[in-house]
Amino acid sequence: MTNHWIDLKNSDVILIMGANPAENHPVSFRWIMKAKDAGAKLICVDPRFTRSASKADVYAPLRSGTDIAFLGGMISYILQNNLYFEEYVRNYTNASYLVNPGFKMPGDLNGLFSGYDPKKRSYDPKAWSFQKNADESVKKDPTLQDPNCVFQLLKRHYSRYTPDMVSRITGTPKEKLLEVYKLYASTGKPDKAGTSMYAMGWTQHTVGTQNIRTMTIIQLLLGNIGIAGGGVNALRGESNVQGSTDHGLLFHILPGYLPVPSADLKDLAAYNEKYTPKSKDPQSANWWQNRPKYITSYLKAIYGAKATKENDFGYAWLPKLDPGMNGSWLMIFDNMIKGKFNGFFAWGQNPACSGTNSTKVRNALAKLDWMVTVNLFDNETASFWKGPGMEPAQVKTEVFLLPAAASFEKEGSISNSGRWAQWRTAAVKPLGQSKADAEIIHELYQKLKALYVKEGGALPEQLTNLTWNYGFKRADGTIRAIDTHLVAKEINGSFLEDVEDKPKLKPGEKPPPTPPPWAPRKLLGKKGELAAGFAQLQADGTTSCGNWIYCQSYNEKGNMMARRVKKDPTGLGLFPEWSWAWPVNRRIIYNRASCDPNGKPYNMKKAVVYWNPNAVLPDGKLGAWVGDVPDGPWPPMANEKEGKKPFIMRADGLAAIFGAGMKDGPFPEHYEPMESPLAKNPMSGQMSNPAAKNFSGTGIKEDAFAANDGKFPLVATTYRVTEHWQTGVMTRNTPWLLELQPRLFVELSPELAKEKSIKNGDMVEVSSARGKVDAVAMVTRRMQPFKIGDKVVHQIGLPYCFGWSTPGVGDAANLLTPTAGDANTMIPETKAFMAAIQRKG
Amino acid sequence: MAVSRRDFFKLSGGGLAASLGFSLAPMEAKAEELAIRYARETTTICPYCAVGCGMIVHTLGDNIINIEGDPDHPINEGSLCPKGSSIYQLRDNKARVTRPLYRAPGASEWREVSWDWALDEIAKKVKKTRDASFVATSKIKVKERVGTTEVEKEIDAVVNRTMGMASVGSAALDNEECYLYQKFLRGLGLVYIEHQARI
Repeated sequence: MTNHWIDLKNSDVILIMGANPAENHPVSFRWIMKAKDAGAKLICVDPRFTRSASKADVYAPLRSGTDIAFLGGMISYILQNNLYFEEYVRNYTNASYLVNPGFKMPGDLNGLFSGYDPKKRSYDPKAWSFQKNADESVKKDPTLQDPNCVFQLLKRHYSRYTPDMVSRITGTPKEKLLEVYKLYASTGKPDKAGTSMYAMGWTQHTVGTQNIRTMTIIQLLLGNIGIAGGGVNALRGESNVQGSTDHGLLFHILPGYLPVPSADLKDLAAYNEKYTPKSKDPQSANWWQNRPKYITSYLKAIYGAKATKENDFGYAWLPKLDPGMNGSWLMIFDNMIKGKFNGFFAWGQNPACSGTNSTKVRNALAKLDWMVTVNLFDNETASFWKGPGMEPAQVKTEVFLLPAAASFEKEGSISNSGRWAQWRTAAVKPLGQSKADAEIIHELYQKLKALYVKEGGALPEQLTNLTWNYGFKRADGTIRAIDTHLVAKEINGSFLEDVEDKPKLKPGEKPPPTPPPWAPRKLLGKKGELAAGFAQLQADGTTSCGNWIYCQSYNEKGNMMARRVKKDPTGLGLFPEWSWAWPVNRRIIYNRASCDPNGKPYNMKKAVVYWNPNAVLPDGKLGAWVGDVPDGPWPPMANEKEGKKPFIMRADGLAAIFGAGMKDGPFPEHYEPMESPLAKNPMSGQMSNPAAKNFSGTGIKEDAFAANDGKFPLVATTYRVTEHWQTGVMTRNTPWLLELQPRLFVELSPELAKEKSIKNGDMVEVSSARGKVDAVAMVTRRMQPFKIGDKVVHQIGLPYCFGWSTPGVGDAANLLTPTAGDANTMIPETKAFMAAIQRKG
Repeated sequence: MAVSRRDFFKLSGGGLAASLGFSLAPMEAKAEELAIRYARETTTICPYCAVGCGMIVHTLGDNIINIEGDPDHPINEGSLCPKGSSIYQLRDNKARVTRPLYRAPGASEWREVSWDWALDEIAKKVKKTRDASFVATSKIKVKERVGTTEVEKEIDAVVNRTMGMASVGSAALDNEECYLYQKFLRGLGLVYIEHQARI
């Protein structure tokens, strides 16, 4: 989330699309209701009339997988009716940039952008480059009139998304579209806030990233980012999925969103050269210019004294990808079913139910030699060898199921969707012999280290050189148990040497005269001290920091994440002294964009920050931001000498309406899901996302597809229910919850039910090209047939929280979903696929 | 007899018991002696969705006797959803795995094993797999500038990675555990590292 849960109360219009917070984030809904009590309007767009929809002022149905069309129509409506926030767009986005005149768009190229290579199924982003001046700066037209400027291209691209066209794709009645567009566009006024709440309903598509980008463009056009009650807010589904992402448990990132190095970057210098953006614009903070400080401090954190300047801080020990290598989820199970892995860890996760095309996942597990699973309960992954269709005697995989402690049986922090890292204390000891995950990791590390020290093996120092000193120690010096606080301190980072506070020189500025040796040195930090914030980190190995975005979370003042001071000085619900939010306790990110270029809030009544030019700083200088922690201390951008642009994580300081870094086009374009009910994309000749990886025709029998296939005529989607969590491993084992929500059901419209002679409560079989599940039919008005052109398309939906290991509940809905993934992230497309339904018996 | 809520309070005491036909006295006594009266309170955050609701855990010795919403927490202000309200049953639960389990190749049942045995066996298997599948260098193509032209050539680049193992998980771990886990996995040379965020 750019914003946070309580901030929803500050909104004027809330758009829930691709999410269902009333059922899946129930307690968040109280902040939506508080906004409504204060006069806000709620819009809900969903294929199904959910409980969130039941509280909405406007509900609009849409066919699964057509969000870009829906929102593209909104972009067009905003532009055609001049409802955008012109000053914001001109100053804070790249709308004024000129794109090279050869750039062509899907309207010109029948669904494709310039630069597409059909053999590689990828784009050459050079075809999307900006026009440059002689000094390499980008050419701009501040009047936004040049036909090649981003703003005009945006207008032209989305002029194709007329209400008639959109309605033909989404199945949403035209009047509903216009009602939503009009209401949401009303937040384009400087003192109005619109917010967007989304979840897996947007990410789990082959166009997932572009779904979110379409909304981001809307939020930028309306000036809704950086403000109270605004933002683009991902409702994360797991208590710590924010934190586990922040800490780099993904193939492509290290902690703090530092890219995993690839083989072509032979040393740290090459890594820094590639990943440290440069900017000559004195008004750009270009925060990622600090990347070398963060990667060096990370290497110092994990290798300690073994990381030296001479050995490139141990950079060679970091495992590297081949250039372009993809190690993401779908590829793991694709490789596994091809027999490429011997061993596998499923640590606190149940891929046999949560993985798309679960049959492929389950069959892949049978190809392993060994698997280690760690969980509170037995589950479909740990016991896959005795699941449906498996012959235990034929499955060679050795399996270990290690009992993990529950959340309240151990100590540590988790980060919620609003980036608040909150500390939990242990209430009781772990149940039976179960252990905290940290203890299991710790003991495994100790055992492996001992084996490598004793026997040697492949590059032992990669493992043995890790710093690992977290302990409550025994008399013999070995660690008895992990002290989580020591890990938290390593993540925060510390000074490894006395680091002098040297003044930062501006280009051309002369360094001050060297002080005499007897003069007292001004220190940034003393050796051994915890770092106070990431601005103190160094690139020369004098600081260590496990994750730079968490720097400040546990400093010399104590454990910031455990704070419980309930003060709300702004009245906006920021609660700056309750727990701690990354980065540097900033509660609303990009908050400088909530003010005009002089630092005056666009909405005085809900000012997140404002520039006080008369504030006197300790060094005698004048001027400071007041309110939330600003995105950097510099003055607002109207100050030509020292001011900075608001989007500090972008090299140019501006938000990207034109997304030249995307894999599937700089503007979002509607493509049909990999499995679609249509013979043709109504928008163009390009049926599905041209840059998404294609898993069909690879000879793996589990990877079957059925697009525009009469055998599977129904659009299907999956979702969660309030009473169960994810695949249900914890909640299916909680008797109260299982009683409330006891088995798999499928929701279908009365029209479809009549067509198929299905009555409410009948047992039905739901099938796709990949598998089938038995479910109870829930015939409900919550589902409605869609009129797509002259065709009637039915949609069904089912929850994915069940699995065979709980008797009598039915099996996983993901047995139906396809092996298809988003072009940018490879997140599986489980929210739009084709299925059939049939009454049983 | 119609009794409004207000009347009910007015009547409470001896008269009410008579009019209801049974005595409320035992219930009153129970309310005075709340089970959590002598309990230790610790705070925690809900392990389910990412709203991050605060909770209070009441314990007597090593027994959890109650878990409820934390009224001081600014996000949930004491409220919880059905999942959060049921956390208590994650402790008071016979289905919890409380000892390491092992399934041998071809076996049709789990077997209880000791931690030491399980971790020793796992360590041996991890080492064997890592040693057998470790790739120190990989042939990759790089572009190099020779004079004014760019030429592509193949080089042996240092990669130091383990190809025979993959890991998924977990968003169910604490931050400190996630950090430790990625450190451990990268220390083993793994590149196939994924979790819930991808799905």
